[in-house]
Amino acid sequence: MFEVEKINSFYGKAHVLRDLSFSVPHGKVVALLGRNGAGKSTTMKSIIQLVRPASGSVLFQGQQMIGLPPHKIAKLGLGYVPEERRIFTDLTVSENLMVGLQPPRDGAVTWTQDMLFDLFPNLAERRNNRGKALSGGEQQMLTIARTLMGNPRFVLLDEPSEGVAPVIVEQMAQVIKQLKSEGLTILLSEQNLHFAQAVADLAVIIEGGAQVYFGTLQDLGAHPEIRDAYLAA
Amino acid sequence: MTAILETRGLTKVFGGVVAVKDVSFQLHKGELLALIGPNGAGKSTCFNMLMGQLPVTSGDVYLEGERITGLTPRQIWRKGVGRTFQITATYASMTVIENVQMALMSHHGEILRFLPFATRMHRDEALALLDMVGMANQAERHSAVLAYGDLKRMELAIALAHTPKLLLMDEPTAGMAPKERVALMQLTADIVRDRGVSVLFTEHDMDVVFAHSHRIMVLNRGELIAEGNAEQIRNNPMVQDVYLGGGTVFASEGAQ
Amino acid sequence: MEFFVAQILTGLANASSLFLVACGLSLIFGVTRIVNFAHGSLYMLGAYIGYSLMQVLPGMIGFWGAILLAGVIVGVIGVAIEMLVLRPVYRAPELFQLVATFGVILVIQDLALIIWGPEDLLGPRAPGLRGVVRIMGEPIPKYDIALLVITPLVAVALWYLITRTRVGVLVRAATQDREMVGALGVNQAWLFTGVFALGSALAGLGGALQLPKGGADLMMDFNILPPLFVVVVVGGMGSLPGAYLAAIIISVLNVFGVAYMPQSTLVLMFVVMIVVLMIRPYGLFGREEVAGEHGQAGEPERPIKPASDKIRLLVTAGIVILALLPLYGSSFAQVLTTDILIFCLFAASLHFLLGLGGMVSFGHAAYYGGGAYVAALLVTHAGSPMELAFILAPLGAGLAALVIGWVCLRLTGVYFAMLTLAFAQLLWSLVFQWGTVTGGDDGLINIWPAEWLKDTTIYFYFALFFAVGGILVMRHVAHSPFGYALRAARDSERQAEATGINTKQVQLLAFGFAGMMGGLAGALFVFSKGSVFPNELEIARSFDALIVVFLGGVKTLSGGVVGAGVFKAIEDVLTRFEYWRLIMGLLIIFVVILAPDGIVGSLRKAARRVGGLKAGGEE
Repeated sequence: MFEVEKINSFYGKAHVLRDLSFSVPHGKVVALLGRNGAGKSTTMKSIIQLVRPASGSVLFQGQQMIGLPPHKIAKLGLGYVPEERRIFTDLTVSENLMVGLQPPRDGAVTWTQDMLFDLFPNLAERRNNRGKALSGGEQQMLTIARTLMGNPRFVLLDEPSEGVAPVIVEQMAQVIKQLKSEGLTILLSEQNLHFAQAVADLAVIIEGGAQVYFGTLQDLGAHPEIRDAYLAA
Repeated sequence: MTAILETRGLTKVFGGVVAVKDVSFQLHKGELLALIGPNGAGKSTCFNMLMGQLPVTSGDVYLEGERITGLTPRQIWRKGVGRTFQITATYASMTVIENVQMALMSHHGEILRFLPFATRMHRDEALALLDMVGMANQAERHSAVLAYGDLKRMELAIALAHTPKLLLMDEPTAGMAPKERVALMQLTADIVRDRGVSVLFTEHDMDVVFAHSHRIMVLNRGELIAEGNAEQIRNNPMVQDVYLGGGTVFASEGAQ
Repeated sequence: MEFFVAQILTGLANASSLFLVACGLSLIFGVTRIVNFAHGSLYMLGAYIGYSLMQVLPGMIGFWGAILLAGVIVGVIGVAIEMLVLRPVYRAPELFQLVATFGVILVIQDLALIIWGPEDLLGPRAPGLRGVVRIMGEPIPKYDIALLVITPLVAVALWYLITRTRVGVLVRAATQDREMVGALGVNQAWLFTGVFALGSALAGLGGALQLPKGGADLMMDFNILPPLFVVVVVGGMGSLPGAYLAAIIISVLNVFGVAYMPQSTLVLMFVVMIVVLMIRPYGLFGREEVAGEHGQAGEPERPIKPASDKIRLLVTAGIVILALLPLYGSSFAQVLTTDILIFCLFAASLHFLLGLGGMVSFGHAAYYGGGAYVAALLVTHAGSPMELAFILAPLGAGLAALVIGWVCLRLTGVYFAMLTLAFAQLLWSLVFQWGTVTGGDDGLINIWPAEWLKDTTIYFYFALFFAVGGILVMRHVAHSPFGYALRAARDSERQAEATGINTKQVQLLAFGFAGMMGGLAGALFVFSKGSVFPNELEIARSFDALIVVFLGGVKTLSGGVVGAGVFKAIEDVLTRFEYWRLIMGLLIIFVVILAPDGIVGSLRKAARRVGGLKAGGEE
């Protein structure tokens, strides 16, 4: 379904990703784990081409993503939910969803605003409120809902649990499970191991921009030394 | 003995949200003190208050017993505090040595001089500083073409130009390869030892922190929750919880 | 009371066109972040095209159809401009885009001249709307009433488009976060083109709509720019309600100004702008701009070095050749060279500000014209001897620059640039309207140099001494600690401040210094010509200098001087042709797209490529 092979990315002169490789099987949730500054967000941005990798390949359904403009990638059914909750604060909830709208796609759920309001009941009440009036958790939900409006086959979720209230984190986990049950493939970056364990099938651990573990979360549980070495802080 | 740097009850509130809460600590002469904590713990806010870039909500900062709360970054620099940035800030249109000469000219109060040639000023002093960080052989290169690690070392030379008594380093090894990290921190430790400079730094790489700092403070949700040497911090259950739980309470939620 | 109401109605009617044009500019800026200086040209095209269509299309339907069609055609022209000129430079620094739009201005000016000829065209009256109606006894033209109805309708239609349609939602989303809109699957390129088309169409519509009131002429493009920028900046760049409100404020103010203080209408507008920006730096409805890099994006410039002996020798040789000109050149050649020298000094002073300081000033003519006027006023009103006036002129200009710089440096990026433009326009309108002192449009004449300088050759040496001297002084300052601090503040304000450099102070002093040097050029100018007119303070003059600095190369020390020399030389050749602006405009557009490093930068790059092959140099 999706394959990242030996990508190298830079911010200015800083070499952020180093020969990073992993893959995401169809219908699975893969957690991208690593501590602060390990390169998780850069990985996400390198996939959607907001950061251009200097080398390597990113294959989605067999097609090369590197060099494509972000809007073409989105049009292929690869959705991106950014870390910093970049919602359009001057637009209402409903209008935010409208920006994400794309035509229906074969092999993917065709989302409507009403379906998304069922999935995120908090947003339904606030559909005519402007983005800036939302709480942090609501903004996080809105970024996910906005991306779902594009009827993606595969979604990148960058740190969905960061900085939101515990009850929202719980809700987020439920949503991810539900999306998975509807056939969506997800790559999720996380710092919170417990959250990852609750929703993901596979884990990629990166450190200093390089992959140090790729396997199931169960296996990871059997190797506390890996966990301690790379996830502590 | 008065501490080089001391904070008393440092607090910052952003629109009702307490970002830093009642942080008090002391930094002693010749000490390499690390400030660590998960994302959003308040490290940067703390740093920005120390350097005068953010006004404090309450509390005070003292430099060798002198209250420096509310001074501008420029005034704090003049009092002998140097800093390096997480994202390097250098003069891209100048050579390596000119970057350092710039700081020296500022230190000697020569910014408003119009007659002399800047390139000829304080060259020896600048070269000595570059030599200290191992950059003397690259002095005449255009700084824009430096490798990242070298750029960081040049920045360190700039920060040392006015022979500061205190050096504040914000994530000094961010974006560096593991080997470069060790080299930069070793260099910093040498400078602390040889020049009696005191250093406070934030860092997310635990290897760097455990290997090079004399003392470690842990910040979580704006509060200092632990302090001690590497061994003590490693074995502190509160710290383990903060880091393995990723700073959110999802784990405790699940346990309930 | 009756008079009062009538004035307000007239003001509102006048606001109509201004609002439409400003809306277009604001929309384009909001989404593309391009300050489209050619917007006035699109407005002018709207008027001309509307005029031509009205000649062909009959009756009332023809009249209104012509207006609508003019809007559509200008929209299509906008698309062509966007795709051919702006697309290649979207990723370039702001300054490139501005200069590209200057090129478009020149091209359109000559095209309009070719197609419609030099005479002003009197706009046809609207069929069925001739004459006046009496409201409370005051006569109000029927067409004004029509405009009073049409403008809110257009505003509502725009409001509907922007707030109620998906396209509008995308436009607003892109105004806030273009990158995210792209990541959600929207093709930005087409969104940009679409917005440019809409913005251009609004400008065209505005131009056609004002035909019955103002007709069409070749000065329209520049004449609309000052009120246009005032409206957009006062309203807040990118805000449509802001543009509406500001257009009304400015137009109503203008009508009352004409009634009560006819001498100060233009001044008033800029005073309003400056006051608004002092209180609300981003306009009434604007949002804070993340400061751009002042046109410093792209490859960092290379370190500067004091001139080597070889270069010194070359420069000395050049000066000697110049100094020997009276031996081999005619008196005309000496006058021409004097002009070039003065222009070089003026351009070099802007380059100092823009290149070394990273401060993009759109109003540098204020100090050039300012210096000229200081000298002329001293001679005319104080009977000051030429020598004294010549010394006081740069000082006066420098002082003005310090005051203006102090206000402008509170802002950054586009707003800084706009405020410098506003101050220049303020000075221009002061001079233009305060006829009793400044002579107004008639200028000040008989400002001749002292007896010992009367001779053309001697004045040539006088200008040579001060122009070359001024340029060398600036070059030296660039190499001094102060010049380094100025570059440091530009390269990294963060680091400069963190190492004790008071960046605002350094920038302010540089602003004053550049203003003083501009004033010196102005003083040389006024005594060489014997007269000065308000056009030395005009936007066009500021643009000349900007284009020159850009053509020469912003990131090279000698860019300003070389650019000025080449520009004046080209201009001297081109102005012999009838349609020289067309050629000049196309030339500028080509340079922007093909040689964005400017003349000096491109030459140096080429040299490096050749040299690099030989030496295999590290960079």
